[in-house]
Amino acid sequence: MNASSRLWRASPLTYIALIIGVLLSVYPLYYMVIIATRSLDSINDVPPHFTPGGAFGDNFDRVLAAENANFYTGLINSVIVSSVVTLSVVFFGTLAGFAFAKLRFRGRNALMLTILVTMMVPTQLGLIPLYDMMFRFNLQGTLLAVILPFLVSAFGVFLMRQYTSQAVSDELIEAARVDGCSTFRIYWSVVLPAVRPAAAVLALLTFMEQWNSVLWPYAILNAENPTVQVSLTLLSFAYYIDYSMVFAATAVATLPLVLVFIVFGRQIIGGIMEGAVKA
Amino acid sequence: MSLSATRAPSPPAPPPQLPPRRLRSKDRFSRFDLRVSPYVFIAPFFVVFGVFGLYPMLRTFWMSLHKWNLTVPERATFIGLDNYAKLLDDKWFWNATFNTLGLFLVATIPQMLLALFIANMLNRGLRWRTFFRMSILVPNVTSVAAVGIVFATLFQRDFGVINWILHFFDIEAIDWRNRRWASWTVLATMVDWRWTGYNALIFLAGMQAIPKDLYESAAIDGANRTRQFWTITMPMLRPTLIFVVIVSTIGGLQLFTEPLIFGGETSGGGILHPYQTLALYMFENGLVQYSRAGYGAAIGGMLFVMIMIFSLLNFLLIRRSVR
Repeated sequence: MNASSRLWRASPLTYIALIIGVLLSVYPLYYMVIIATRSLDSINDVPPHFTPGGAFGDNFDRVLAAENANFYTGLINSVIVSSVVTLSVVFFGTLAGFAFAKLRFRGRNALMLTILVTMMVPTQLGLIPLYDMMFRFNLQGTLLAVILPFLVSAFGVFLMRQYTSQAVSDELIEAARVDGCSTFRIYWSVVLPAVRPAAAVLALLTFMEQWNSVLWPYAILNAENPTVQVSLTLLSFAYYIDYSMVFAATAVATLPLVLVFIVFGRQIIGGIMEGAVKA
Repeated sequence: MSLSATRAPSPPAPPPQLPPRRLRSKDRFSRFDLRVSPYVFIAPFFVVFGVFGLYPMLRTFWMSLHKWNLTVPERATFIGLDNYAKLLDDKWFWNATFNTLGLFLVATIPQMLLALFIANMLNRGLRWRTFFRMSILVPNVTSVAAVGIVFATLFQRDFGVINWILHFFDIEAIDWRNRRWASWTVLATMVDWRWTGYNALIFLAGMQAIPKDLYESAAIDGANRTRQFWTITMPMLRPTLIFVVIVSTIGGLQLFTEPLIFGGETSGGGILHPYQTLALYMFENGLVQYSRAGYGAAIGGMLFVMIMIFSLLNFLLIRRSVR
C-alpha cells in the first residue's frame, strides 16, 4: 500500500511460527473430539488416534446416566445462571457506563477510579466468608448463590464507559433533555440503542466467563444441583476414569461456546482489545 | 440511531406556555433527576461489589483472628494472631507457599515472553489476520475444567500423547502426576495454553497504539527490527506490560482449579501435595473442614499480603527496567 506497510510486512518465517501456534492452540480441542467420539478401550491404543470415531452417542448416553454428576441439570442450570448474570451485567454496565461517560456529578472521576481499582482486588480471598454468608441466608446449593455475587462487573462498567463516550454525542443527549426526557428515558431510548455493538460484546464475554466459572459454583453447589462445570469436575473425580464418557461431557460443555466464538470472534477480539488499550 | 441523530438539533427551549404550577413541579422533578440519577445509575455496582466482593474479603481478616467453626459461628473465639503464628510453624503451609510462588514463576515468565513474541508477530502486515487472532484466542474460550481434563489426559503416564511423543526421543514414560517438577510442567502448560493468546492480544492492542512514524524514523536512522523492538516497542508498551503482569500476578497466585482437577477428588494437590497451592490449602481448611475456617481465613490473609507484595514488586521492577 505505502512505505509504512511495506516496512511491516511479515516474513515467511513469521507465518510458519504463527501456524505452529495455531496448531498448538487447536490440537487439545481436536483431541477432545477424538476421545469423545471413540469407544472407551481405544484410549489405551498406541500410537494414539488422530481421527474422530463414531461412538459419541454411546459415550454421551453414559454421561446422562452418570448419577453422581446430573449433567443434564448442570447444562440447564448453566444456561440460567449465565443468562441472568449476562442480562444484569449488561444492564448495570450500560447504565453506569452512561453515567460515567455523559452525566456530570460530584466525585465522578474518583468513583470511576475506584471501580478500576476493584478490578485488581483479589475477591477470591473472601471465599470462606462469602460461603458463610450464603449459609446464613440459607442459599447454599441454590442458583441464587452463584448468581448474586456476579450481578455487576467492573470491566463491564469500564468498557461501556469507553464506548458510550465516543458513540453518543453530547448534543444528542442535550436535545433529548430539551424534549423533556428524564435521565432514565435518555438512557433507554437514546443511549442503549447507540451502544448496542459494545453491549453485545460485553454480553458474549460475560456469558462465556460465567459458563466457564468453576471455583465458586464448585464450592457452594452440590451434585444434586450443579452447573455444567461442576458436573464436569465431579465426572473427572473417579478412581477409574471412563475417559470417553468424561470427554463426551467436556465436548458438549465446550463446543457450543467455541461455535459462538467462531461466529462472533471478530467482535469479541475487538472488545477485548478495546478494553485493553486505555486500561 | 441515525434517525434520532437528524432530529437532534431541535429548536432551543420552547417558550414556556404551560401553566406555572405544573412547570414548577416538573422543574423540581427534573432538578432532582439531574442531581440524583447519576448516583442511582452507579449505585448497583457499589452495592453488589460491596456486599459480595469487598465485605467478604475484609471479613477474611476478621475471621482469621478467631478460632472459627463454620457450623457454629456463634461460638467463634477471638485468639489474636494465633492462627498466623500456627501457620508459620505449619510445614504444609510453607509447602503450599513454595508451590504457589514456584508455579507462578514457572507459568508466568514463559507466558509473558511468548505472548510478547506472538503479539510482535501479529503486529505486522499479515494475511489471514482475523484467523490468526481467533485461533490463538480459542483456548481462552475453553473452560478451566475442560482444560484440566484434556491436559491431564494428554500427560497421562501410560497412554498420554506427550509420553508417546517423548518415547521417540528415548525418554522413558514420565509419571507427570507424582513428581514436583513434572506436575508443575503440566500445570504451567494448562495455564499458559489458556492465557498466552489472550495476553498476546492485549499486548497487540498496546503495540497498535504506538505511532507508526516512530518506527519509520528509526528505520531511516538504520535501526533494524530487533533494535526497534527494544528501543521503541518495549518502552512504549510499559503501561500495558504493567497492567498485564499485575493482573497475571493476581490471577496466578490464586491458582485453584487446574491443580484441583489434576489432583482429583482429594483436593490436596497430589499425594504428598507436590502441587497443592495456597488457594487449595485455604479451600481445604475452610470449606472441606468447617472447624478450621479461622485457619483457612488466615491462609487467605497471608495470600493477600503476598499478592500485594508481588504486585508492587512487579510494578517497580517493570517501571525501572523498561524505560
